[in-house]
Amino acid sequence: MASQLSRRQFVVYSLAATTLTVAAPLGCDGSTAQGAEEAAAGARGASDVLVTGTDEEMLVLEVTPANRVVVRLPRVEVGQGVTTAVAMMIAEELDARLADVDIPLADARSKGNQFTGGSNSVSSLYGPARHLAATARAKLVTAAARQWHVPARTLRTRDTTVFGPDGRSATFGSLTRAAARITRPAVSTSPKPASKHRVIGRPATRIDARDIVTGKAKYTGDLTAAGARPTVVARPPTIGGKVVSVDSQAARAMPGVHAVVRIDGGVAVVAETFHHAFQARDALRIKWAPGPLANLSDTEIRSRLRAAVPKLETPPRGSAQTEAEFEFAFVSHAPMEVLTAVADVRADRAEIWFSSQTPQSAREDIAARIGLPASKVRVHVLRGGGSFGRRLNYDAAIEAALISKQARRPVKLMWSRADDIRHGRMRPATHHRIRASHAQGRVVAFAHATASVDESSEQGLSTQGGARSAVRAPAAAPLPSDSGLYNFGRLSGDSGSVGLAIPLGAWRSVDSGTVRTAEEIVVDEVARSLGKDPVAFRRTTLRSKAVRAVLDKVAKAGDWGRTMPRGHAQGVGVHEEYGSCVACLVEIDAADPKNPRVTKVVMAADVGTAVNPRGLEAQLMGTAVDGISTILRAGLHIDRGAVRESSFADFHYARQRHAPQHFEAHIMPSRRDPGGAGELGVPAAAGAVANAYARATGTKPRRFPLDF
Amino acid sequence: MPSYSFTLNGKRVTVEAPADMPLLWVLRDLLNVTGPKYGCGVGACRACTSHLDGDEIQPCVVPVADCAGREITTIEGLADGDRLHPVQQAWLDCDVAQCGFCQPGQIMATAALLKKTPRPTDADIDRIENVCRCGTYSRIREAIKKAAADS
Repeated sequence: MASQLSRRQFVVYSLAATTLTVAAPLGCDGSTAQGAEEAAAGARGASDVLVTGTDEEMLVLEVTPANRVVVRLPRVEVGQGVTTAVAMMIAEELDARLADVDIPLADARSKGNQFTGGSNSVSSLYGPARHLAATARAKLVTAAARQWHVPARTLRTRDTTVFGPDGRSATFGSLTRAAARITRPAVSTSPKPASKHRVIGRPATRIDARDIVTGKAKYTGDLTAAGARPTVVARPPTIGGKVVSVDSQAARAMPGVHAVVRIDGGVAVVAETFHHAFQARDALRIKWAPGPLANLSDTEIRSRLRAAVPKLETPPRGSAQTEAEFEFAFVSHAPMEVLTAVADVRADRAEIWFSSQTPQSAREDIAARIGLPASKVRVHVLRGGGSFGRRLNYDAAIEAALISKQARRPVKLMWSRADDIRHGRMRPATHHRIRASHAQGRVVAFAHATASVDESSEQGLSTQGGARSAVRAPAAAPLPSDSGLYNFGRLSGDSGSVGLAIPLGAWRSVDSGTVRTAEEIVVDEVARSLGKDPVAFRRTTLRSKAVRAVLDKVAKAGDWGRTMPRGHAQGVGVHEEYGSCVACLVEIDAADPKNPRVTKVVMAADVGTAVNPRGLEAQLMGTAVDGISTILRAGLHIDRGAVRESSFADFHYARQRHAPQHFEAHIMPSRRDPGGAGELGVPAAAGAVANAYARATGTKPRRFPLDF
Repeated sequence: MPSYSFTLNGKRVTVEAPADMPLLWVLRDLLNVTGPKYGCGVGACRACTSHLDGDEIQPCVVPVADCAGREITTIEGLADGDRLHPVQQAWLDCDVAQCGFCQPGQIMATAALLKKTPRPTDADIDRIENVCRCGTYSRIREAIKKAAADS
């Protein structure tokens, strides 16, 4: 469960500025943050020290004279709602109106934690953001008390304003200069107890919702920065193919073409518009050498994966076995906004704009690739049009920088949708072998071995912007589930891999998306072989009360066990990770087994404090659609070293007609500090969809997606 | 280079562009109207959905020559000044968006649908092809019903 951040000693600094500017250190994660803060506290001694140096490692809050509260966030917004959640934390403790809080995204920093991933943004920011704002509030109140010559404790705050006992009021903006000089606040700098929360825990609309519905929200491709010109790349037909020769004469002669340059991944065209760039790209005459996988197709990849699965442990003597093997296809991240990066590389400096979950590694790697010190490279982080893990890697930003350097002009590089789907990255294909051993009606041993495609560094793929830390699938996947979700006796597991030069990436919920999904399917099959109901069986074997509670919630709210028409069925799945847990109940109409429709999804989650319940519901809704897509329809084929799919016309991610007509999410009340939520729902939803399909059709689904 | 005049969000504009240049790039790269998004370039994802003479189109597959003398509305031109179109308002009320990238297209597709079918059924809504990779479909359905009820 989530580390209890609020019990820690937080240190908040004041930055030397004419307006109120306070800063809280951000650690790398819950555990290391504590060490860093203790060290900082030891060095400084007091909790309110004036710092004149860098704010690089800090979360910084500034109150402007115009009464705006500005917190530059070292995370990226890709739709998960982190900017809204942080704005809510700040508004809560400052007593500011949510509409007065701005959360711009910080440029890449040289120090501190600027990693967005692992569903840890809200849990890692919950402590620092609230302490920061509570300290700022105390200083504003103290400044007002001094101006009005009244005791600070008699003052109240709300709506970004301080109110005096006699009805006087002053906006935070009008007090910010005076508050900047307050060193010893006269009121508490501690965050409120949860019982006093008026913003945290109440549904709020996204702070950028109006910009989005009016078309004003800006993504990288919408920028006119640096006068960058539209740029596209001609890429090989096969993954990792190379240019043998290129005749660019016709392309260069076309109107609106500014430059044609050869790069690692193909041939880049810089032009006046994307139309001109695509046309010139198509006019290039390129001879390609096939990539290293040119003789490889799905059938062989699948058989190599099967062969790479380590042997399962010998089952306990006298036990009966439920065994199953599962295959999951490659899956594209396919964020709606294709990879896009603006790069302006000069002889002595560079500036890059793109959406990145790992801007610090990106900055260092880009600097190394273009031969500049990192201090000469500025990376601006933009909001992303979806990510699902894709923006952990910064392939396009490196490519844009190299093209800009060679072409000697600012470029706006966009991968076409076909580039994105055909050249990765993707969730690795996996094979799973699972055995549950049971005796006297109980599971006494549970073994799970997997094999996953592993990205080998052949063809230099590892230099295409792989983020360094915590983002690549670990060599040994969590087997069986890390949490030991069920009382299944002796647990064992092992993993193997097949190294292929294929661009892979962590996909929302990473290994759990396949590992835990497969396990949830087996749990249903064990229940069936023991003659037990899937919900009742889980209830008696789950270890954690919290998981049992979310399961009970969906069973009740979803009317588990209700009579369904022929070809229809319910299915459930549960999952526990990131200090949170979730259950999912789905109803499927598989009367036509070739064209199943999930008609209803009921989810329940316990994530500790849900900062924005409406945002959490949105994340659960998204993971439900991910589960439906990856189990029923969405995957990538490899045909002779090339990805067969090239757009949403053949990569069958769910559309409205595949989404449930009814969705509901139940959020368990909790005063615990927040756990993670963004990726949480995927395995439970995927497992529930597969289980519902199995029950509706009387089949045992083994290969995903089913319609492929 | 040929030149084309059309009405864009209520204003007359003239552009010089090759006849086969897709409207999407005319809007984005020549006119800096960036609400319509590129998501596939082949009319499959529909992130660019806009209106031509009030009907839904995918500007990524409509050549600019086909737009001459006609009326184009993008997401930027849907609201009446500061007053949001009922579909935009419903999107805001239902807090539909996650990453937001497909939502201009979703909103434009819905506005076109409601003009022809003011009370859409679930089956009508199911026919909307626009992809939302964040999976906001349930809120889209809710917002469509709300917009239909409110207008």
